[in-house]
Amino acid sequence: MSAWLRQHRDALAQALRRIGWLNALVIGVALALPAGGYTLLEGLKGVAGRLALEPQISVFLRPEAKRAEADALGATLRKDPRVAHVRFVPREQALKELQAVQGMPEVIAALGSNPLPDAFVITPRTDQLEKLSSDLGKLPGVADVQADAAWAKRLAALAGVGRLAVGLLAALLALGLVAVTFNTIRLQILTQREEIEVSALLGATDAFVRRPFYYMGLLQGVLGGMLALAIVGGGLWALNREVRVLAESYGSAFRFAYLPAADAAAIVLFAAALGWLGAHLSVSRHLRAAG
Amino acid sequence: MVSFSAVAKRYPGGQEALRGVSFNIDAGELVFLTGRSGAGKSTLLKLIPAIERPTSGSVIVNGQNVGALKRPAVPYLRRNVGLVFQDQKLLYDRSAYDNVMLPLQLSGQPPKEAARRVRAALDKVGLAGRERANPVELSGGEQQRLAIARAVVNRPAILVADEPTANLDAESAARVLEIFVSFNQVGVTVIIASHDQSLISRFGKRVLHLENGVVA
Repeated sequence: MSAWLRQHRDALAQALRRIGWLNALVIGVALALPAGGYTLLEGLKGVAGRLALEPQISVFLRPEAKRAEADALGATLRKDPRVAHVRFVPREQALKELQAVQGMPEVIAALGSNPLPDAFVITPRTDQLEKLSSDLGKLPGVADVQADAAWAKRLAALAGVGRLAVGLLAALLALGLVAVTFNTIRLQILTQREEIEVSALLGATDAFVRRPFYYMGLLQGVLGGMLALAIVGGGLWALNREVRVLAESYGSAFRFAYLPAADAAAIVLFAAALGWLGAHLSVSRHLRAAG
Repeated sequence: MVSFSAVAKRYPGGQEALRGVSFNIDAGELVFLTGRSGAGKSTLLKLIPAIERPTSGSVIVNGQNVGALKRPAVPYLRRNVGLVFQDQKLLYDRSAYDNVMLPLQLSGQPPKEAARRVRAALDKVGLAGRERANPVELSGGEQQRLAIARAVVNRPAILVADEPTANLDAESAARVLEIFVSFNQVGVTVIIASHDQSLISRFGKRVLHLENGVVA
């Protein structure tokens, strides 16, 4: 083994011996907040994504419109390049669907005749739903146009706010992580003041003196990151037990998914980098004075 | 080996520790540096491993102009200058063995070779059986000998000691000085600051006497 590798190994061993486990825990808890928030948001994004993926526009015809008019309108709709898919719902079928709903047959029977119009359910190809809706409303024979996009948009906006909040929280706690590491390393330097001074007198290079502290910051970050993942994992497990019951009552198999491996690795790497940064700032600030 | 020419050292507070010191120490010499407290002995010794820098004049150690040495080069100079301090500067969080090991760790010696050298150094200062002891458990004389073992373990060409016998009884002091003499006999250049005239005169070596910041 080369002298360089050996010195790195020794510095790592020293850092491991002196690592602040409590500090790693503090970092872990701090990181668990944004990591958990991110995980939940990703889970919700999956739901919102599935729903908002296919916003639909319902086009209702005037009740007195003839079937020929409906066919002509259908042909026009299918020719529109902004329309991906058109499904025709004749008024008889709509009535049948409505009758399947609990309590409705009595209501419909009381009405006597079918009050429902023919309708088209359109899957648009464009994002400009409002423009498309208003254009569709001007077509002959169309009574009303309903775009189901408004609530999906609201959900997306809400998710956007959530993401921003998680981002801000992450930035704030990242700063906290750097500060925690900075202080830990400062205290460690004070504890080892004599050793540092003596080492310098015996011919230690700056790199030799600094190395264990860099490793310490790095390791604390890594440990904190892994703890954060464990906390998030445990939290999700507990949450999913409740979510499962709730989702099943809606006939859904929804669960919050664990973070993908790449995201988990990114969190640990990010924590490691912040730990290193805290150590770097502290070492630069305090070693020149001590040495 | 060590050459001072017109060296002056003024501390930031304005105190003038050295004013125009010139001397030359050849390789393999043993020189005593004497003078009253405050005469500038410690300052002079600190200039050799670049712990302090001269205000003016030049300090040449082993062919290197130490006063102009860049910071990254200083550690390599210090590995070739063994230092023994009046207060020993031992580390009390580790054994005698590990104290002597420190210079070898930071110069990146292979572990087997390092272990061999540590044992040899401890053996030379008469501490072969005490390697597991914490420095606190050692007597004053033993602690000073441990500090010497640490100073020589890197096999430096120069050994610099600042009042190594100041806090020792006569017998321990004599033993410490004999160790320095034995290293000098195998070719190490040795510079010892001391104010103990009676002890120094027993060895009959060259004496540099400092008075008011100049060599008298």
